[in-house]
Amino acid sequence: MRSSEPRYLSGGVHPVKILVTGPFAVGKTTLVGTVSEIPPLRTEEVMTQRGELVDDLVGMRGKSTTTVAIDFGRRTLPGGALALYLFGMAGQERFVPLWHDFAHGALGALVLADPRRVQDSFTAMTRLEEMGLRYAVAVNQFDDAPHHPDHEYRQAFDLDPTTPLVRCDARDHGSVLRALIALVEYLLVARQEAS
Amino acid sequence: MTARRRPALVRSHVITGGRAAPVLGTLDHVTLVTVGTEQNQHSHSPEQRALMRLCAGGWLSIAEIAAHLALPSSVVKVLVADLVVSGHLLTGPERPPDRGVNVDLLRQVLEGLNALV
Repeated sequence: MRSSEPRYLSGGVHPVKILVTGPFAVGKTTLVGTVSEIPPLRTEEVMTQRGELVDDLVGMRGKSTTTVAIDFGRRTLPGGALALYLFGMAGQERFVPLWHDFAHGALGALVLADPRRVQDSFTAMTRLEEMGLRYAVAVNQFDDAPHHPDHEYRQAFDLDPTTPLVRCDARDHGSVLRALIALVEYLLVARQEAS
Repeated sequence: MTARRRPALVRSHVITGGRAAPVLGTLDHVTLVTVGTEQNQHSHSPEQRALMRLCAGGWLSIAEIAAHLALPSSVVKVLVADLVVSGHLLTGPERPPDRGVNVDLLRQVLEGLNALV
C-alpha cells in the first residue's frame, strides 16, 4: 500500500478528518477505499506496551513495542476547498491510546458494525463516548448477514435516540456517502444545538 | 535503512527539539506540508532529504508522507517540525482546536458530500 505515487493537493486546501472504526475485519479498509480518490495508504504506527507513541527510530528498535497499521484515504470535496481524510482505526482495546492522537480535531467517527457480532462494536462506541467524539453507527450489510429492524439494532447497540443508525454496504460508493452524510448531518445539528 | 543512519536522525531531534517543540504541537496527521524557500540540505539526514524530495511536488498530509516514506507519523511529525523551523518546509492551515469544529465547516463538508452522491 505504499508503492503508489504521491497524489498532491494544491495550496489552500483545508483538510478535515473522520475516523472509521469497528471490530477486526468488519470492512473499514474497504469503506475507506470505496470513497477515496487515492489508492488507500497505510501508516505503521509504533506504540510502546504502555500505549505511548514512539517518535524516534531508536525507540522503534526496542522489543517492547507494538505496530498498528492504519489504513486511510482522501477525498477532495467538490469545489476543491476541502480534503476529507478517512482513517480506519482498529477497534481493539489495546489500540485505543492511538485513537486520542488521531481523534484530535476530527469531525466525528463512523462505527462500522457487523450484524453477526454486534457486541464487538461496544469497545469502539464506549471509548468514543469517553473521548467525547460523536459517532454514527453503520451496519455493514454483508450478503449472508441477518437483517434486523432498526429498533432491534438500536436496542442491541444501546444507542442514544439521537445517534444515527444507517445500513451500509462498504463496497458501494453511494451507500458509504449516505452513511457519511448521516454522520455529518448529526454533527451539524448537535453543534448548532450546543451554540 | 541501515543502523548507521539512525544516530544522525536522533541527534537532529536532540539539537533542534527545543526550537521545534512549539511547531510540533501544531502538527496533525492531516496537516498539509510542502517545501519552503530554504534549499540548503547540507546537514540533513537521509530521512529529511527523502521527506523534502517527496514534498517538492505539492502539498501532502503528514499521514500521506508517513505512508510514502514508511515511517510512523509520530516520527514524521518530529522531522517536519524541525524542517519547518529551519525554513525548508511550509505547513498549511493550523491544526484545528480540539472540539473546535464549527458549524460553517460542517455545513461545507455536508454540501460537499451531498454533491458527490
